[in-house]
Amino acid sequence: MATAKLMDYDKALELFEPVLGFEVHVELNTRTKMFSDAPNPANEEFHGAEPNTLIAAVDLGLPGSLPVVNATAVRSSISLGLALGCSIAESSRFARKNYFYPDLGKNYQISQYDEPIAYEGSVEVELEDGTLVTIPIERAHMEEDAGKLTHMGGATGRIQGAEYSLVDYNRAGVPLVEIVTKPIFGAEHRAPEIAKAYVAAIRDIVRGLGISEARLERGNLRCDANVSLRPRGQEKLGTRTETKNVNSMRSVERAVRYEIQRQAQILADGGSITQETRHWHEDTGTTSPGRPKSDADDYRYFPEPDLLPVQPARELVEELRAALPEQPVARRRRLKADWGFADIEFQGVVNAGLLDEVEATIAAGATPATARKWWMSEISRIANAQERDAAELITPADVAALQGLVDAGTLTDKLARQVLEGVIAGEGTPQQVVDARGLAVVSDDGALIAAIDEALAAQPDVLAKIKDGKVQAAGAVIGAVMKAMKGQADAARVRELILERAAQ
Amino acid sequence: MSDIIRLTAAELGEKLAAGEISSVEATQAHLDRIAAVDGDVHAFLHVNEHALDAAREIDARRAAGEQFGPIAGVPLAIKDVLVTTDQPSTSGSKILEGYMSPFDATVVARSRAAGLIALGKTNMDEFAMGSSTEHSAYGPTRNPWDFDRIPGGSGGGSAAAVAAFEAPLALGSDTGGSIRQPAHVTGTVGIKPTYGGVSRYGAIALASSLDQVGPVTRTVLDAGLLHDVIGGHDPKDSTSLDEQWPSFAAAAREGASGQVLKGLKVGVIKELPDSGFQTGVAASFRESLALMEAQGAEIVEISAPHFEYGVAAYYLILPAEASSNLAKFDSVRFGLRVTPDGTPTVEDVMSATREAGFGPEVKRRIILGTYALSAGYYDAYYGSAQKVRTLIQRDFDAAFAQVDVIATPSAPTTAFKIGEKIDDPLQMYLNDLTTIPANLAGVPGISIPSGLAAEDGLPVGIQFLAPAREDARLYRVGAALEAALVDSWGAPLLDRAPVLEGGNR
Repeated sequence: MATAKLMDYDKALELFEPVLGFEVHVELNTRTKMFSDAPNPANEEFHGAEPNTLIAAVDLGLPGSLPVVNATAVRSSISLGLALGCSIAESSRFARKNYFYPDLGKNYQISQYDEPIAYEGSVEVELEDGTLVTIPIERAHMEEDAGKLTHMGGATGRIQGAEYSLVDYNRAGVPLVEIVTKPIFGAEHRAPEIAKAYVAAIRDIVRGLGISEARLERGNLRCDANVSLRPRGQEKLGTRTETKNVNSMRSVERAVRYEIQRQAQILADGGSITQETRHWHEDTGTTSPGRPKSDADDYRYFPEPDLLPVQPARELVEELRAALPEQPVARRRRLKADWGFADIEFQGVVNAGLLDEVEATIAAGATPATARKWWMSEISRIANAQERDAAELITPADVAALQGLVDAGTLTDKLARQVLEGVIAGEGTPQQVVDARGLAVVSDDGALIAAIDEALAAQPDVLAKIKDGKVQAAGAVIGAVMKAMKGQADAARVRELILERAAQ
Repeated sequence: MSDIIRLTAAELGEKLAAGEISSVEATQAHLDRIAAVDGDVHAFLHVNEHALDAAREIDARRAAGEQFGPIAGVPLAIKDVLVTTDQPSTSGSKILEGYMSPFDATVVARSRAAGLIALGKTNMDEFAMGSSTEHSAYGPTRNPWDFDRIPGGSGGGSAAAVAAFEAPLALGSDTGGSIRQPAHVTGTVGIKPTYGGVSRYGAIALASSLDQVGPVTRTVLDAGLLHDVIGGHDPKDSTSLDEQWPSFAAAAREGASGQVLKGLKVGVIKELPDSGFQTGVAASFRESLALMEAQGAEIVEISAPHFEYGVAAYYLILPAEASSNLAKFDSVRFGLRVTPDGTPTVEDVMSATREAGFGPEVKRRIILGTYALSAGYYDAYYGSAQKVRTLIQRDFDAAFAQVDVIATPSAPTTAFKIGEKIDDPLQMYLNDLTTIPANLAGVPGISIPSGLAAEDGLPVGIQFLAPAREDARLYRVGAALEAALVDSWGAPLLDRAPVLEGGNR
């Protein structure tokens, strides 16, 4: 494959304005498929099943079979539409999209065409520096997934050159919601970043709703990124490409950046962009042409005569609206205000992906400042060192309990860090670690005074200095006492007691 | 000829219940009849080798004291468009030769549950596309009244089986007249229920928005008995009506015994003048109307100005839906596979399979439908056709505000000769002129024998149409006229059909 010439990114942005558009397919995690009673492999319980074991007659397009709409999938789709700020159609209809392909049992896909379930919305996405961008949503519609082809015998794993292909119809009929944006203008330099943030926002929304497993690596969320360029000052939109198969947020970002650079070079060289689908290659970080696509692609859509229009009762829509979880962006806005964090502090937590953990830690009794401190410093440091996710290391409840021991004077900060290590090492709850390791601060003045007297006896000159008013001389004794107490003493209390002894 | 096969399903059911006849005897009698005459008639594509086993089981269960419905143990012929687990289902096409379905159509499952004995699968125009059964990939069915003539279509096999006393009951499907027009040309009874009244699950789809499964019988009462078994809501068919239906057998009995015709307003469509029908067809129609009038019915002329566009709209909607419904026949998962020489791609295999597996009428309609749905033509063709459909529905609404039922001749002519119209699709399509509007509007229709055309001695049917969900009205009116006609003839019309002894050909 010839490598395309790429224009320098900044230069490309100087000459052209990028216009973006996204089609994100969300696999719903209903127990059964969109139109059959076969188990849904996009539900965690059925994930990874043997090929062609999760199939019903409808999924294979067997003669005489008929589709029946999955009511749960409709509810999920309405919830998603509402979360995207869309209007929910009073009457929505399925349509047949006709094309021949061996992974499509009926040789038509049941989708929605001119009457989608949800239309006209917008979603706020947040970039890493906290900038909010509003992405306009054109529609969200319900459809079924196709099966999966595996091409055998060829060098590339592509259909070209393959000797034969295997078809797995498990995925055929998996319920999908396709979310289509309107053209996104004004992204400018941040286009790749916006692409990534948009996919992240959709993932957060569907996770929050609990309607999809939302795992990109499994294809629960699949993004097609449309990119076109137009010369600065030109009104007319340029020809777009649709890059498919971008299945990680990082890839979305890279693919958009790549297409901007590739298209800019072609246009600057006097060429023209071919309207086509392109495939993203994770390994090389490039795209390659798929099949040509034109607006004249003729899928011969017509209303699906086997299904009635979907006419959700308004009460149902309002019930689902009332049950919507808080939108991720709104939630972040609320938490930031509640916690009183500075912008940079809050964004740090968001970017570290520790918002849920900090929130739960606060809910378990820690103050916002201490919760943030634990997660962002000590726990993150250990996570980095161990190359693990911070959230996997310890529960928010344990973090709050740990801080509680500090607040109660049972632990010093230094001791608390040792306890944290113990908890992370799996030694139990903070209290269990304290008990097992005997790490609690010695708060028995008698034990401390004994240690102080011993230290003073060993350094008689120090006592004299303190009595002369050279209070800083106490430091040497404090060090000795702390050492004798193996660090399990409150240094401030030790100091107080030393001064009391010296005054006697 | 055994007397058993001359019995109606209602009579046979009574004798079975009374223990006068066993289901095995009844089934064997029909199997014998099929063996004797079906070489000539060719109503069956497949005779069920498990029929006697099923009959034995019903007999055993009855002997053990199990209570059954009124037609348990009665044999049933099944149009090959309905999928069955114990027999192949081909829909009259080579592309499905030998295809075994992993599930039964809902109407088949309900028939089995009611104790009916699946006798075999009946011939039909390929994928139900046709009005003569000449388009079957397995050769034509012959009209028991005259072997040189067509038995109607697409369900010519079911109608001929019933008319030839090879089965007392049959299942059909009606997309534009495929139950009613064969009934008309074979002197039998056929009902297309209200759209959604009978499940389509397991009926190999021709045009989903028009298809409806229904009974094919020799009497209106028998049709009601079968309709009672197969009808009602089916969660597997989303277009099935969730509705409590009355007993259609009870409606038929009420019609046959009561004063149903008295004061009944019968609409006759002024846009369908007698001049549009074969002389004997129009004459028989008028005689029936006169008979109804004599019994107190009022004949009212009504207008249905858009009916004349029905055939044109139908031949856009049907091919459009069919082109999509038939896309699944691609050799990948089931059915015929033709692999061209060389190193063919999957597309080459699909293409070669469809080229070899589909007959000319199926190809014609797939091409027509594909074109009608194409971008740029959709509004002009499919879109306009759907508008005509709405206009026809309004014609019906306006008409039923004035009359209780509408009456028409069931088809323009009596049975034509095999081969006569095979090369003239337009003439073939016009056969369904009077039956198509009911499918476009979703209303129920019945065809019952009204007599013989004087000029050729062949059967003629009269069709009644009622508002959607008023199927019971058709059974009352149909049974009332049937009783009056049989009374006037002194015997059922089929008694005048040639006696088939087999081996005529």
